[in-house]
Amino acid sequence: MKSLETSTGEQEDSRLEITCLGIESTAHTFGVSIISQRGSAKPEILSDIRSIYQPEKGKGIHPREASRHHAKVAATTVAEALKKAKKPIESVDIVSFSQGPGLGPCLRVGAVVARSISAYFHLPLIPVNHAVAHIELAAMLTGTSDPLVLLVSGGHTVITSLTSGRWRVFGETLDITIGQLIDQFGRTAGFSSPFGKTFEEYAKTSQNYIDLPYTIKGNDVSFSGLLTASKRLFHDKKNLEDICFSIQETGFAMLAESVERALVFTEKDELLLVGGVAANNRLQNMLQEVCKIHKAKFYFVPKIFSGDCGAQISWNGLQEFKAGIKLNISDSLVKPSWRLDEVVINWKSF
Amino acid sequence: MEKLLKKGAEASLYRTEWFGDEVIRKARILKTFRQLNLDIKLRESRTRREALFLREAKRAGITTPLVYFVDLIKAEIIMQFIHGRSLKEIIESDDEDISLKWCTEVGRYVARLHKVDMIHGDLTTSNFVISHNKLVMMDFGLSFYSQRLEDRAIDIHLLNMVVQSAHNNYAENIMRAVLQGYQEIASKLNSLRLLERIKVVERRGRYKRVE
Repeated sequence: MKSLETSTGEQEDSRLEITCLGIESTAHTFGVSIISQRGSAKPEILSDIRSIYQPEKGKGIHPREASRHHAKVAATTVAEALKKAKKPIESVDIVSFSQGPGLGPCLRVGAVVARSISAYFHLPLIPVNHAVAHIELAAMLTGTSDPLVLLVSGGHTVITSLTSGRWRVFGETLDITIGQLIDQFGRTAGFSSPFGKTFEEYAKTSQNYIDLPYTIKGNDVSFSGLLTASKRLFHDKKNLEDICFSIQETGFAMLAESVERALVFTEKDELLLVGGVAANNRLQNMLQEVCKIHKAKFYFVPKIFSGDCGAQISWNGLQEFKAGIKLNISDSLVKPSWRLDEVVINWKSF
Repeated sequence: MEKLLKKGAEASLYRTEWFGDEVIRKARILKTFRQLNLDIKLRESRTRREALFLREAKRAGITTPLVYFVDLIKAEIIMQFIHGRSLKEIIESDDEDISLKWCTEVGRYVARLHKVDMIHGDLTTSNFVISHNKLVMMDFGLSFYSQRLEDRAIDIHLLNMVVQSAHNNYAENIMRAVLQGYQEIASKLNSLRLLERIKVVERRGRYKRVE
């Protein structure tokens, strides 16, 4: 922290610049990002470097292999992030890392790197919840004030809003996530994961809707039946484009309905779409229509920051540090099943 | 003469008249964001279920609005207008012991449904209205018949999720009251099996720790 000698009191605070190095390693992505913020000015994302583990075709993430990938690229990714940000390590003030939820072996790599930097350079260590970080970065980038959030990715399918200091869940999947549905179907069809982009391209070329199980339970959704039925269609040699189109139309309609229910129940007037699946145009269009019906404003995270990345962890780490959250290394064990609604939010989010 | 009362998530409620009686017209409107055949299937089947369960629930001793007319093509139901406040409003503004009294009644209603193999499918605090000192259950669009313990457990689990999120300050007391009401109606064995199963359903959720 470069405290300015000439300034005094409150002025000093408002001019203080804090630089955070954030490390993401919950699943396939090892990401490092440097973010600086002067006072309460708009934060600057100085760098956001990612190295993504690629499982072989038809296979999912192997936690051990992914963690080996992360360990291999960790040092160069950190160095590259610093270089791109034009910041020497000495000018970094705090280190944050994704403590969970995610794959244990992957999380531990990020944690080890963060602890090492923290211990060697005597920097505060900040724990970040990956789901909260997705939301916070998107909220900062889009400028929402009090949204209902739909977080959709490989690890999450959850509808949430910030109510009395916690992200309360107003709807979620009862079994697998929308990302798992898409990736697991893709693997059945022989594609590598993540399958989202190719999936959308296939879906775009079809207009032939095949009836698939549509499962809504209250505000919750369930995708396991839809996955089984889709795999069956594939084994029955149905056209791949038609299956992708039908999965997309059915699965996203379920999400749209859950969001619509939650929007009416919570009476929010903003919707924020975040997570890797937020990059899908069809999902954006459906939710845009839902928002139009209920006169809510629709926001979605910019495509480059929709997937897992260091910037999420870095920005949320900065917010937490300002709220006084710090961690002793001895308390920094990773939390593979750390639910979004367990985190007490004591920083000003918006 | 017709007046839009509420634009819900899947239906709009209009206050209108039916041969001189004050009624609600519940219309499930076409959603252009989803495939037309999926949309028609959903709206028709939910209208059908709702009409059926509004009637069948009465046999189980549950107060529901009277059904006057059903139009499956338009996906509309004409039903009795219920004067009153929703349980959600009562929990938010009234004394806790008053709202808890009604939550116990909610538990009794759910147990009566389950006893005759009916699952409500969408239990929330906004789907109950208190009218003339009586609890009225509504919104049966996601209801279905089932003898599976799993479906009963999910029914309660969904209510629990809503309560945890929407009424987090009173959540524990509310759920205690609901389960107390449930146990007054259901047999001891069935209640215990249900409680066990709810735990199983909870553990299956994303990132729920197995204890």
